[in-house]
Amino acid sequence: MVVREKSKVMDKEGIDKALERISHEIVERFEVADDIAVIGIKNRGSYLAERLVLKIERLIDKKLLVGALDITLYRDDLTQVAAQPVVHATEIDFTIEGKKIILVDDVLFTGRTIRCALDALIDFGRPKRIQLAVLVDRGHRELPIKADYVGKNVPTSASELVEVRLTEADGKDEVVLCEKIP
Amino acid sequence: MNNKFVWTKKDLLGLEYLSAAEIKFILYTAGSFKEVTTRQIKKVPALRGKTVVNLFYEPSTRTRASFELAAKRLSADVLNIAVESSSVKKGETLIDTGRNIEALKIDIIVVRHNCSGAPNILARSVSSSVVNAGDGWHEHPTQALLDMFTLQEKLGKIEGLRVSIIGDIAHSRVARSNIWGLTKLGAKVTVCAPGILIPEGIEKMGVKATTDLNEALEGADAINVLRMQFERDTAVAFPSKLEYLKNYGITTERLEKCKKNIVIMHPGPINRGVEMSSEVADGKNSVILEQVTNGIAVRMAVLYLVSAAKEIRR
Repeated sequence: MVVREKSKVMDKEGIDKALERISHEIVERFEVADDIAVIGIKNRGSYLAERLVLKIERLIDKKLLVGALDITLYRDDLTQVAAQPVVHATEIDFTIEGKKIILVDDVLFTGRTIRCALDALIDFGRPKRIQLAVLVDRGHRELPIKADYVGKNVPTSASELVEVRLTEADGKDEVVLCEKIP
Repeated sequence: MNNKFVWTKKDLLGLEYLSAAEIKFILYTAGSFKEVTTRQIKKVPALRGKTVVNLFYEPSTRTRASFELAAKRLSADVLNIAVESSSVKKGETLIDTGRNIEALKIDIIVVRHNCSGAPNILARSVSSSVVNAGDGWHEHPTQALLDMFTLQEKLGKIEGLRVSIIGDIAHSRVARSNIWGLTKLGAKVTVCAPGILIPEGIEKMGVKATTDLNEALEGADAINVLRMQFERDTAVAFPSKLEYLKNYGITTERLEKCKKNIVIMHPGPINRGVEMSSEVADGKNSVILEQVTNGIAVRMAVLYLVSAAKEIRR
């Protein structure tokens, strides 16, 4: 399968602005920051979570808990994917019991990743609430899952891909709409 | 770790058959599973709906329990078959047993056998994954992997380390797997035992052999002290426990001449006062119980990887 880039959906500035807006929305909705923890889904969700935490901390002048979740072992398609994904370590070194969790991922698509993440999180304890923040919502949900904070809605067709590239992993910040050419 | 690495082997038969990259990949994956074993809920759904059978032709408590726990923490179902109570007693061959297990739709067979190479034969005869849990004097790959995992955790790396394996090298599958694994990852390995317990030509495996314990201890970053199997093969070649302790037992006095942070490993069960003294076994350099903990993470990684590889083939 060949992937062709069609258009740039967000640039570095756009990503930063979207995260800035989400951080403001989070601060508005939560009165007490004491029990908020931000957990990103590996890999790119966890980079976004770290950026988001820095922005929120600047707004409220308080340290937040931040963690990273690897959902590989919870995937429902382990038997279907061509090559089994590499299992990375989950890094949550605090208890999530009673916490208000903001789960962060780069792209919201079918909702299956989020389903895995919810299962994985709940194996760590019983949070008070879980909210979802994503940089891009591209539609095509297969499960009843919805994001609480969305950086940008990007209408897509099923044959398209949304690639989020972040400096931490890819050397630059951009969101690109791609097309699969069979 | 490179996200593009793909594990493709359906079986784990020995470290001889793995590349350095594959060994490193298992160790990396085990690191991720170690985190799972520290959680309050030590269970993930990765192997849900899969069945693992422990097929043991030799008595084993710790390895079998470790594999069973590893499988259970991956949500697999586990069946234990001990040979004393099976139809092997009625004359069934290994291959027939394997095919029957396969007909039960078992996904992974963990096998321990007193004959070297038995897991290899089994792996060729069945489509289920086969994991070697120790075969004769051949290999015990998951033990060596957990030794290396512990070593890497303690000393940060394996490449360039000086590791001495002390004990009955001739009759030890643990020694053999460790030698394959450690040399592939770039450690400098010395084996040390009374001459009669060192197989001829062992240097061809890329190790140094010595009968002088002081030589094996000097400058070593880690030692792996093997269990002296006086109830089994060892006694035939080297009958005297006391003589062994005197010349090869690891004691506090001997330890004083070693590197201060030397890592002391032992695959268990320990003969206190034979291959090492109680003070050493319980001392600050000993990582023996950490090895046991790490064994579960390593075996989870192995079960997860071979199972997934089988799916790719399908």
